[in-house]
Amino acid sequence: MGIRFILMVNKQGQTRLAQYYEYLTIEERRALEGEIVRKCLARSEQQCSFVEHRNYKIVYRRYASLFFLVGVDNDENELAILEFIHLLVETMDRHFGNVCELDIMFHLEKAHFMLEEMVMNGCIVETSKPNILAPIQLMDKAS
Amino acid sequence: MEQLKTIGRELAMGSQGGFGQSKEFLDLVKSIGEARSKAEEDRIVLHEIETLKRRIAEPDIPKRKMKEYIIRLVYVEMLGHDASFGYIHAVKMTHDDSLLLKRTGYLAVTLFLNEDHDLIILIVNTIQKDLRSDNYLVVCAALNAVCRLINEETIPAVLPQVVELLGHTKEGVRKKAIMALHRFYHKSPSSVSHLVSNFRKRLCDNDPGVMGATLCPLFDLISVDVNSYKDLVVSFVSILKQVAERRLPKGYDYHQMPAPFIQIRLLKILALLGSGDKLASESMYTVIGDIFRKCDSLSNIGNAVLYECICCVSSIYPNPKLLESAAEVISRFLKSDSHNLKYLGIDALGRLIKISPEIAEQHQLAVIDCLEDPDDTLKRKTFELLYKMTKSSNVEVIVNRMIDYMISINDNHFKTYIASRCVELAEQFAPSNHWFIQTMNKVFEHAGDLVNIKVAHNLMRLIAEGFGEDDDAADSQLRSSAVESYLLIIGEPKLPSVFLQVICWVLGEYGTADGKYSASYITGKLCDVAEAYSNDETVKVYAVTALMKIYAFEIAAGRKVDMLDECQSLVEELSASHSTDLQQRAYELQAVISLDARAVESIMPSDASCEDIEIDENLSFLNSYVQQALENGAQPYIPESERSGMLNISNFRSQDQLEVSMHGLRFEAYELPKPPVPSRIPPPLLAPSAELVPVSEPSYSRETHQVATVTSVSDAGSLELKLRLDGVQRKWGKPTYSSPASSTSNSSSQNTVNGTTQVDGAGNVNSKARTTYDSRRPQVEISPEKQKLAASLFGGPSQTEKRPTSASHKVAKASSHAAEKSQAPKAVVVSNEVTVEKTNHQPPPDLLDLGEPTVATSSAPLVDPFKQLEGLLDTTQVTSTVNHGAVGATESPDIISLYANTPASVQSSSAEISVPANKDDINVTSTLATQFTKGPNPKDALEKDALVRQLGVTPSSQNPNLFRDLLG
Repeated sequence: MGIRFILMVNKQGQTRLAQYYEYLTIEERRALEGEIVRKCLARSEQQCSFVEHRNYKIVYRRYASLFFLVGVDNDENELAILEFIHLLVETMDRHFGNVCELDIMFHLEKAHFMLEEMVMNGCIVETSKPNILAPIQLMDKAS
Repeated sequence: MEQLKTIGRELAMGSQGGFGQSKEFLDLVKSIGEARSKAEEDRIVLHEIETLKRRIAEPDIPKRKMKEYIIRLVYVEMLGHDASFGYIHAVKMTHDDSLLLKRTGYLAVTLFLNEDHDLIILIVNTIQKDLRSDNYLVVCAALNAVCRLINEETIPAVLPQVVELLGHTKEGVRKKAIMALHRFYHKSPSSVSHLVSNFRKRLCDNDPGVMGATLCPLFDLISVDVNSYKDLVVSFVSILKQVAERRLPKGYDYHQMPAPFIQIRLLKILALLGSGDKLASESMYTVIGDIFRKCDSLSNIGNAVLYECICCVSSIYPNPKLLESAAEVISRFLKSDSHNLKYLGIDALGRLIKISPEIAEQHQLAVIDCLEDPDDTLKRKTFELLYKMTKSSNVEVIVNRMIDYMISINDNHFKTYIASRCVELAEQFAPSNHWFIQTMNKVFEHAGDLVNIKVAHNLMRLIAEGFGEDDDAADSQLRSSAVESYLLIIGEPKLPSVFLQVICWVLGEYGTADGKYSASYITGKLCDVAEAYSNDETVKVYAVTALMKIYAFEIAAGRKVDMLDECQSLVEELSASHSTDLQQRAYELQAVISLDARAVESIMPSDASCEDIEIDENLSFLNSYVQQALENGAQPYIPESERSGMLNISNFRSQDQLEVSMHGLRFEAYELPKPPVPSRIPPPLLAPSAELVPVSEPSYSRETHQVATVTSVSDAGSLELKLRLDGVQRKWGKPTYSSPASSTSNSSSQNTVNGTTQVDGAGNVNSKARTTYDSRRPQVEISPEKQKLAASLFGGPSQTEKRPTSASHKVAKASSHAAEKSQAPKAVVVSNEVTVEKTNHQPPPDLLDLGEPTVATSSAPLVDPFKQLEGLLDTTQVTSTVNHGAVGATESPDIISLYANTPASVQSSSAEISVPANKDDINVTSTLATQFTKGPNPKDALEKDALVRQLGVTPSSQNPNLFRDLLG
């Protein structure tokens, strides 16, 4: 399955976007998000960007005050996932222009639409920025 | 710039409640964004829920407004609250004609519902309709929903349409249709088994996006069944070649790498296909070699691809040249200052040593650096590597290290894992029985509640049987040393239950065996245990059985038994216990004590736990009794099968035996007790003959039969249980060692952890860890230690690898850290393992962090490296504290190499230091910003900021972070 969830959480542990590729109840999500964020906050920037948590491996990256966290299976290429996070941010940046936390908050559904183009069934399916953004731009035009 | 305008326009419209987002929505987002704590956020969301509940049910809500409500519902759920009251509105929105609304509806539904939710049935119809739409974007939206919401039962409803869409003219649709099939394959492989060929077909799609997506299902298919896809090796190789030669559209490039994510997936697939297949592997060598050459080793993504190449090379049939390239990359990873690369290096090393074990040696010091690194992730990975490297020559060092680490961590998940690894390695490679027992003691003492009960049984069996050699002296020595070590440990507070069981059993069996300890001493200890753990019934059971054994051995040896007062009162107390098991044992104990030596000896033979019990199923010892009874005119026994029927409750007894001999043990639960047989039915023994008791209903006889079975089972069950618990007459489990995998993997099931025990343990542990570290503080002294460790781990002479890094630089940094480490932010309460540290480089300013004091970074006091070197002179005192494992020969310390190695050893001086050595890695964002050109410039950002402020969402001073460019 590869990717189990993608989270964007700020430094205070407030969730800004959450996409799970397997079903968890709200309580489970809440607990998981809290634990993971605490764990990642406790790490310095020199330390690995990877943390084991329960049976997930978390790959995380921080942009300004926002953490991007991706939970993956054990046999995933961690460094590639780390770069996938960056690709996601670059893609959002291309769409929003100087993307900031507030852009994601105001346009939560668009951030989700981008993720929907990039990841399906927990697999990375599209990595070309033009391909990812084309349907979203078309939709913007249509409405 | 255009984006800015859009936002501005939307915001402006929003405030008028028109086209875009309403003022209300903006305010909600703003207040959530500025909430200072989770509690405040919760208050906002709870208030929002109230508002939404009222508003969403109003009639005639404009669609735009409804979309906003749905997004607000998404917020509510995302922030951890229940929004189920609005699910139905999200479902309704999927029916909308507008693409944006429809897609938002689908999005919300996929976020809210799991595939088994009742509302899904309402959506399937819409999905079916949308899959037929002329607008391919609508089809895509529906396919997204298919991938999230369709479960096994609903697959047939959409399958034909999805298959049809595989040939759609739009590549985006084909891509999503493939992924929908992929999803069906996961949910129910049989539903798409006839469609698997479609995946092969789409691999050759002329759109690279479709091809790339198809690799996902193919990877899954190939990992299940490699052989059916060997023919595709050529295709995969040629695709990989084309990708590496930049034949894909520019859009797939990422940081100057051509379609790296597709390359990685292809390499994963090739690794599967080439595994153990020389022919297939040979066709891959060229392309993998090319990628090794072409990869940019300076970017993260280049290294990610290189790492995947190593994984592939170590999986396929080995090729010396590729292995060489792999080894080169690994050594570059390990020498890197980036922890991420080190991590990959360690992992890759673990893969490669399976093929070329000699490669480990040249990296021994790097490995030890990682092992001693305060970064937990790195440490764990290194333990994983050591686990793979373990052999009998280094098992002691490795297991000791693992145990030390296990003691130092709090995370039960990983503790369990490490504990089972220790047990596994100890069982496999133990150099001596004594060491094995000591090791197991440590594991039990610190993680007893986490290890599998089987491990305990194995240990008891080992002590009872010895190592299988016929050397009684060695065995009894082993037992004595076990007894001795247990008597030392038994006084420690709060030992894990499993460990206490082992201790009680061993003390019972062998406590008095060598005559060193008196019976009253051992029994006193056992009573203490039973008293101290009075709410652990199992421990009490073990303790009282152990008492019985000791008394029995005493009696059998002809000594007089003086029961200690405390034992006496314990037994009395237990004979009134609520637990029938305990009660019975207590009575048995009292009964045994009153018997004479000969009887006791046959009941409780000394050291007979390994003897097999012969069960006389025919009860032949009763033969003479039966014979006599028959001669006296008793009715002969008629087997059940020959009887016409029976109503005879006392027949059950004899039937029991029959059942047992027929079926052996059964493990069904007790059945509810049958109502007592009415008294008017004549008791069977009084009935003169069996023929006089006819039974009309055969069904009834069947029923009684069943009852009989059940009783027999329960009898046998309790017999079995009893035997297992006192452990006297039965072998423990299978006579062989359980294979590594089985003994370890299930241990997580034992997770009944006593919270307080945990905490206490951790407390002790930490202080211990601290002292070890302290004792090692003189930084340079560590080096011979490390060399020793290297020698003992890697066997060979520890030839110090000269490392080109400048040590003085690092030493200085490290000591500066020591000064800073106390300032860890308060917010982090969780782990002591990795304490947060402030680093020299300032984190981006963040006003949100109100609780966090701004740390003035202390400037690094420069330490003269030569002064540090002087410390070398008094190395000797240190060594003893750290490693008591067998260590290979140490050479006289080579000053230069020691010096060269200081950076790593420095880290152990204060457990939470790592060296910020490389600027590139520290400031990821800044490097990234320079790595590629972004569209709008910072000026635009400021403008946007200003515009947004103007339009009512004043960020105020509370959270300027919301406006920070993520990539800025």
